[in-house]
Amino acid sequence: MDISSLLGLAQTAFELGLICSLTVLALYLSYSMLNVCDLSTDGCFTLGAAVGAVVAISGHPFLSLPAAMAAGVASGYVTAFLQTRAGINSLLAGIIVNTGLYSVNIAVMGGASLLNMNKTETVFTYMKSALEGTFLAKQYKLLVALIAVILVVAFLTLFLRTRLGLAIRATGNNPDMVRSSSINPVFTTTVGLCVANAFTALSGCLLAQSQKALDINIGTGMVTIALASLLIGGTVMGKGSILKRAIGVVLGAVIFRLVYAAALRFDMPSYMLKLVSSIIVILAISLPYLKERMPQIKRRMAHGKGAKG
Amino acid sequence: MLKIDSIYKTFNPGTVNEYTALRGLSLALKDGDFVTIIGANGAGKSTLFNAIGGSFYTDSGTITLNGTDITFMPEHKRALVIGRLFQDPMRGTSPGMTIEENLSMAAKRGGWFSHITKADREFFREKLAALNMGLENKMTQPVGLLSGGQRQALTLMMATIVPPQLLLLDEHTAALDPGTAEKVLELTKNIVAENNLTCMMITHNMQSALELGNRTLMLDSGNIIMDVQGEERDHMTVQDFLDRFRAKSGKQLDNDRMLLI
Repeated sequence: MDISSLLGLAQTAFELGLICSLTVLALYLSYSMLNVCDLSTDGCFTLGAAVGAVVAISGHPFLSLPAAMAAGVASGYVTAFLQTRAGINSLLAGIIVNTGLYSVNIAVMGGASLLNMNKTETVFTYMKSALEGTFLAKQYKLLVALIAVILVVAFLTLFLRTRLGLAIRATGNNPDMVRSSSINPVFTTTVGLCVANAFTALSGCLLAQSQKALDINIGTGMVTIALASLLIGGTVMGKGSILKRAIGVVLGAVIFRLVYAAALRFDMPSYMLKLVSSIIVILAISLPYLKERMPQIKRRMAHGKGAKG
Repeated sequence: MLKIDSIYKTFNPGTVNEYTALRGLSLALKDGDFVTIIGANGAGKSTLFNAIGGSFYTDSGTITLNGTDITFMPEHKRALVIGRLFQDPMRGTSPGMTIEENLSMAAKRGGWFSHITKADREFFREKLAALNMGLENKMTQPVGLLSGGQRQALTLMMATIVPPQLLLLDEHTAALDPGTAEKVLELTKNIVAENNLTCMMITHNMQSALELGNRTLMLDSGNIIMDVQGEERDHMTVQDFLDRFRAKSGKQLDNDRMLLI
């Protein structure tokens, strides 16, 4: 294994990490801020990919991005509507929307479960031809992803400090306080989920376009992968300002992909990705809990011994 | 001001847990009234506040505030004109956000996309300094790090930073240690007096129920059984209160806490 192919692997990991970090940023908004675990993420990711691909294939590479985001907003709105106005538990609302989106996605893809974009013009092909001949020629994917990530992080850090952003953060923290500030938590939940799902859809759109192909299963397990990245990012960066935490989130996504790429190098089969991400999420959430209970468990064990003796 | 006309509220109707918490309660307040409310547990005091504040809609009757019928106004809209404090100091603030962010939400200044400005910070600092708790130097700290008393004082500030038409205090000092409780109560008195707020306060302390404000209500079984103000109230002692309660309701006050003076 020579250096250049190693670098190539790292670069692919970076690209994937950055593109998927948009989904992680979406979960940062919905999971960390709004305190809603949005299980429609998988379907919404694919929806963004499907809408983006169809619009790009029909000859509108730039329009494909806002189109995918708009589709994400619509999906987020439905999820929010179900949990705030229709009395459906928030986890269940996500699962229902996720299931429904499977049909919607295939319908968007014109009844097919696979779309090919080999000859399609996308933002990536534009960037590729723009950079042709320069030293960055091979980093065109990275550059597109980086620009998207920077824009989204900048938007989030500005947005979460506005009055609306504060209200969204408070909704996950203390909905009573939001109501007593004369703001309807239903409204803030809806806005938050719409914005988050717009980013998820954008993430899916970019991933499909960078891979020049779209499979109906592109989003499967994305919510767990994104949660794993989110939790890794939280551990890396710890607490701090919103900007610091958002950067941590992006780092988390990249680290996750780098570790995964390294594991693949050591002959881990690629189908292990989802199991690994599940285990990371389990560990990241349950370790702090178990750590907190440890003194009690120890005491109980010691107590048992004492009683016998 | 506030006019309540014969409100009823039954929880869990049609089940074994059916419980009528308000039974045709009517009440009229004047501008600037400071009403203290006492009553045993389950008398309907908090339910009355929840009805006024909009936590639920009543089963029948109407509630009017300054000429506006608010009977079916959603809670968050009523919050524009009604400030509330609860016994739990955690309830009024958002622990993960900083003091200034909490205040900024309560101040309701600027549009949806406005940020906290320098002028806002100056305004908050001034307000916080008046609390005399040193909070003005901790404005960028998360509220979760504050003590219960500090959080309740902050909540009081947030509820009154835009002076409400009506302030509802539901035993807001009961969860604090005696020293802090006294301080928060003192702050409450000052803020109410400064802004000439109309205020209702639930308390279990009969002494302060008589000392504070200009009118005292006693609730029992979802209705007002005693309403004293003016000269009659000035001459009342806690013992008079207890005697009147026994006479009116035909039972002893069952709550030891109410006997604390």
